[in-house]
Amino acid sequence: MNRPSTDELINLIEQEIPKERVLRNLADRYSYSYDASFGEYLPDLVVQALTKEEVSFIIKLANEHRIPVYPRGSATSLSGGSLAVNGGIMLDMSQFEKKLMIDQENLLAIASASVITSEIHEAAENVGLFYPPDPSSSHVSTIGGNILENSSGPKGLKYGTTKEYVIGLEVVTPTGEIIRTGGKTVKNVTGYDLTRLIVGSEGTLGVVTEAIIRLIPKPEDRKTLLASFDSLINSGKAITNILASGILPSAMELMDNACIVAVENYIPSGLPIEAEAIIIIEVDGHKSAIQEEIDKCAEVCERFNATSVKVAKNELEREQIWKSRRMVSPAITQIGPTKISEDATVPRSKIPEMMEKLSEIREKYKLNLVVFGHAGDGNLHPNILTDKRNIEEMKRVEEAVSEIFEAAIELGGTLSGEHGIGTLKAPYMSLELGEDGLMMMQKIKEAWDPNNILNPGKIFPQEGQTKVVLI
Amino acid sequence: MKTDDIDTKYSEKLYELSYDAANMCVQCGYCLPVCPTYLTMGNEAQSPRGRINLVKMAAEGKIDIINDLKEPMDLCLGCRACEVACPVNVPYGDIYGAALNVIAEKEKATKSPPTMSDKLLQTMLKNLFPKKNRLRTAGSFLWFYQSTGLSKITQNTKIVEMVSKPMGQFERALPKVESPTKRYKFGEHYKAVGERKMIVAFFPGCIMDAVMSKINRQSIELLQKCGIEVVIPQNITCCGALHSHQGEVDATKKLAKQNIEAFEELGVTYLINNAGGCGAMLHEYDKLLADEPEWKNRANKFVDRSRDITEVLAEIDDIPYEKEWQGVITYQDSCHLRNVQGVVDPPRKLLKSVPGATFVEMKNSHLCCASGGIYNLLNFEESMEILDEKMLHAIKTEASTIVTTNPGCLLQMRLGIERSGVKNNMQGLHLIEVIAEACGIN
Repeated sequence: MNRPSTDELINLIEQEIPKERVLRNLADRYSYSYDASFGEYLPDLVVQALTKEEVSFIIKLANEHRIPVYPRGSATSLSGGSLAVNGGIMLDMSQFEKKLMIDQENLLAIASASVITSEIHEAAENVGLFYPPDPSSSHVSTIGGNILENSSGPKGLKYGTTKEYVIGLEVVTPTGEIIRTGGKTVKNVTGYDLTRLIVGSEGTLGVVTEAIIRLIPKPEDRKTLLASFDSLINSGKAITNILASGILPSAMELMDNACIVAVENYIPSGLPIEAEAIIIIEVDGHKSAIQEEIDKCAEVCERFNATSVKVAKNELEREQIWKSRRMVSPAITQIGPTKISEDATVPRSKIPEMMEKLSEIREKYKLNLVVFGHAGDGNLHPNILTDKRNIEEMKRVEEAVSEIFEAAIELGGTLSGEHGIGTLKAPYMSLELGEDGLMMMQKIKEAWDPNNILNPGKIFPQEGQTKVVLI
Repeated sequence: MKTDDIDTKYSEKLYELSYDAANMCVQCGYCLPVCPTYLTMGNEAQSPRGRINLVKMAAEGKIDIINDLKEPMDLCLGCRACEVACPVNVPYGDIYGAALNVIAEKEKATKSPPTMSDKLLQTMLKNLFPKKNRLRTAGSFLWFYQSTGLSKITQNTKIVEMVSKPMGQFERALPKVESPTKRYKFGEHYKAVGERKMIVAFFPGCIMDAVMSKINRQSIELLQKCGIEVVIPQNITCCGALHSHQGEVDATKKLAKQNIEAFEELGVTYLINNAGGCGAMLHEYDKLLADEPEWKNRANKFVDRSRDITEVLAEIDDIPYEKEWQGVITYQDSCHLRNVQGVVDPPRKLLKSVPGATFVEMKNSHLCCASGGIYNLLNFEESMEILDEKMLHAIKTEASTIVTTNPGCLLQMRLGIERSGVKNNMQGLHLIEVIAEACGIN
C-alpha cells in the first residue's frame, strides 16, 4: 500500500483534530526530533493529542495507512525511546488532558498520562502517602513516559521499581482500540498480566493514557551518611555487608574517583579527591529504628576501612551530602559536551568486578569514562564524555559501549536497569535474551502490532545489526 | 552574492558565535517547567531546550535563520529562568543574544521590507531611548496629557485602542506621570541626611527617567534619608537592554561605553539602579565587551560596582520608617533581577520589614510576568495569556498591593490588575514606592 503524502495525511487528521495541534513546519518538526539521548530523527509531522479518543483516532489512521507513530512525553529519555527513527507521526502526549486523583482509602493515585511525576509525589505526600519511584527527571518527565520506560531512580533497592506500583492501565493499542488492564485491586490474577507487559514496553505495545498507581504510607524520618574509601573493593564489600546485616537502606549511591574529582573541580565542597570511591547511604522508617540502623551502617563502613564516615546531623548536612551526588551530572559534562549515559546493571555482589572491568575499558580505549550510580541495586551509570565532532574518538566510544554491555551480561546482569533499550541497545538484545527469548518478545510485538506502526525501530535489532553505531 | 551564499554566511556566523555554547545542552529538559512560554504555548519550539536546538540546527544550516528560527526567538521573553534551572550551566543568554544578532543582521542584509512596527521600533531605538532630553520631553507631554484631562477623554472614547489594542490597554495602565518641575537634575549631588555612610551614583535609566521619574526621585530621597549621598552622573545614558534584545550589538556597545565613562568620572562606591532589566544589562557589560581587550578591566570594574537598590537597602538595619502600611503585599520577581543578577531575598526582606504590612508569597512568583522588555507590545496575545495565568495566583494571595522592581513588570502587573477586573481592591507599585511611602516620602 502506498503511504499517503504528508499533505494528504494532514487533511485526514484535521478532520478530527484542530489544526493548531497539528504541527508541520520545519522548526516544529526539528523541535520534536530529539530526546535526552543521542540521535536526531525528523518526524513528518507532530500531533498533540488531548484525549484518548484522539489518540485512538490517530493510531487507527496510522494503522490503516501504515504510518509510524511515536508516543512522546517530555522526551527526557536517555535511550532514544521517542525518536522518530522511520519518520511519520510524532504523537505529543505532554499536552494531554491532566487528571490526578488521590484515593486515600484505597492507597491509590489515578493519573492521566501527561501528569508530571513530581506532581504525584507532591499530591501523595500532602496526605501522608508516598510514591517511591523517583527518576532524577521526575520534575520534568510525565508519568506516561516513566511507565513506558519503567524508569525508577535511586529508591529501587528498598521499594522496587515503577512496575511494582502500576496496577492498572488505560491503553490505546497499536490498532487503535482503547483497553483497560489490571484495576484498583492489589491482588489480581485474572488472565495474563498485561499491565506488567506494557510497563517498560517503551511505547511499542500501546500508548498509556491513564494509570492506577499504588501508594504506600510515607516513612516517618530518614538518616544519611557519606563514607569514603581508598579501595573500591572495600566500598563494594561494605555495601554487600550492610545488606547482609539485615538493613535495607532506601538508597545506596556510589561515585568513583573520576566523579569525585569532577565534582570538586566544578563546585569545591570538601570531597576527598584522593578517595577511590565514596558511598552515600540513606535509611528511612521509624525514628528510633533508623538511628540504630544508620549507626550500624557506619560501623560496617569502618570495619571495611572507610577513611571517613560522616552521618548528617540535620537536614542541612543531609542536603550537602546529596548535593555532591546531584552535582555529578553537571560536573562531568565539563569534561566533554557529548555525554553517553549507560545504565548497565549487575547483581550487587558483582559491583567490584564490574567496576574493575569498566576501569580496564577506560584504559583500553583511552576515554573519559566515569562511573556513579545506584550501588544498592547494582544499577551503575558508566558515562563516557566525548565530543561527537571527534569522529575518531566516537569510533572508540562505539567499541567501549559494546564492551560495557558484554561485561554486564557476562557478570549475570542486564543491558538496562532503568533507561530502557531504545535504539542504542537493540543490537545487544539477543546477547542477554538468546535468539529464542528475543523471538518470543518479537512474536508478542507482531501479535499486538501486525503492521509495526507503533514506535518502530526500538528494542528489536534491525536485520544484521550486531553493534551500536553512533556516527 | 547569491542567496545560498548569504545563507551560508549567516549560518556560519551563528555557528561561530553560539555553537559551542548550544552544544553544551544535554537536552535533559530540566528547563521546561520554568519556561513561561513553554508552559502557556505547550510547544517544544517555544521552550529553552527547543530554542537552543533550533539555534544549533540553524548554525548547522539545516533550517533557515529567518523563516524558521526568527519566530521562536522573537517569542522568547528573555527572562532567563532556564539558566538558573539548567544543571549544566548552558549560557542561554549568550545563545539568545547571538541568535538575535544574526537574525537582525541577516534581515538588514537581505533587505526584506521592514514592517511599520519594525520601522517605528528602529526609530525609537536610534532616536529616542538614548536621547534623554527627547525622552523627557515625551514624558512631559504625557504629564500634560494626563493632567489636562485629555487622557480621560481618549480613554472614554477608546480612541487609542482603536488604533492599536495593546497600546490602548497599556495607556490605561500607565501610572500617573509626575510634574516635570519635580525632576531631579543630571550632574547634581544630593546630600545625605545625617551622617554620610557612603556616596553612590544613581542610574536613572531612560523609561524610568521619562515616565516614572517619581520612582527615581523617591529612590534618591530614600537613599538620602538612609544616610547615603547620591550623584546623578552627567553623561549617563540608556543601558542598551532594548537595543540588545533587538540584536543591535553595535548600538548596545556604544551605550555601554558611554555609561562606563560617565560612572568612572565620579569615583564613587556603587552605581545603583532600581530597574531589574537595566540592572541586568549593566551587570553583563563585561560579557558584552568581552571581545574588546582595551575595555576589559573597565567593564569588569563597572560590573563589580553595579547594585540593585534593594541590595543596598536590605543591608541597612535602621530604615527610617515613619508610617504603618495597610494590607497584604505580594511580590512579583523581576526576571532580570532574579535570574541574571541573582537578587532573590533582598526585596522580600525589605517588604517583610515594612511596619504593619503582611507579606504573602504568591505561587510561581519566580515565573516571568511576560512583560520582557517590549515583548508585551510585540507579542500581545502570547503575553496576555501568561499574564492572566499569573493574575490568578496574585488574586489568591488576597493582596491589596503587588510589588515589582522593574518598570516593564510594573506596567504589566498594572495591566493585569485592569484586565482581571480587580482594580478597586488591588494596586501595582514599585518596591521603592512602598518603602518610600512608609518612610514618609511622597
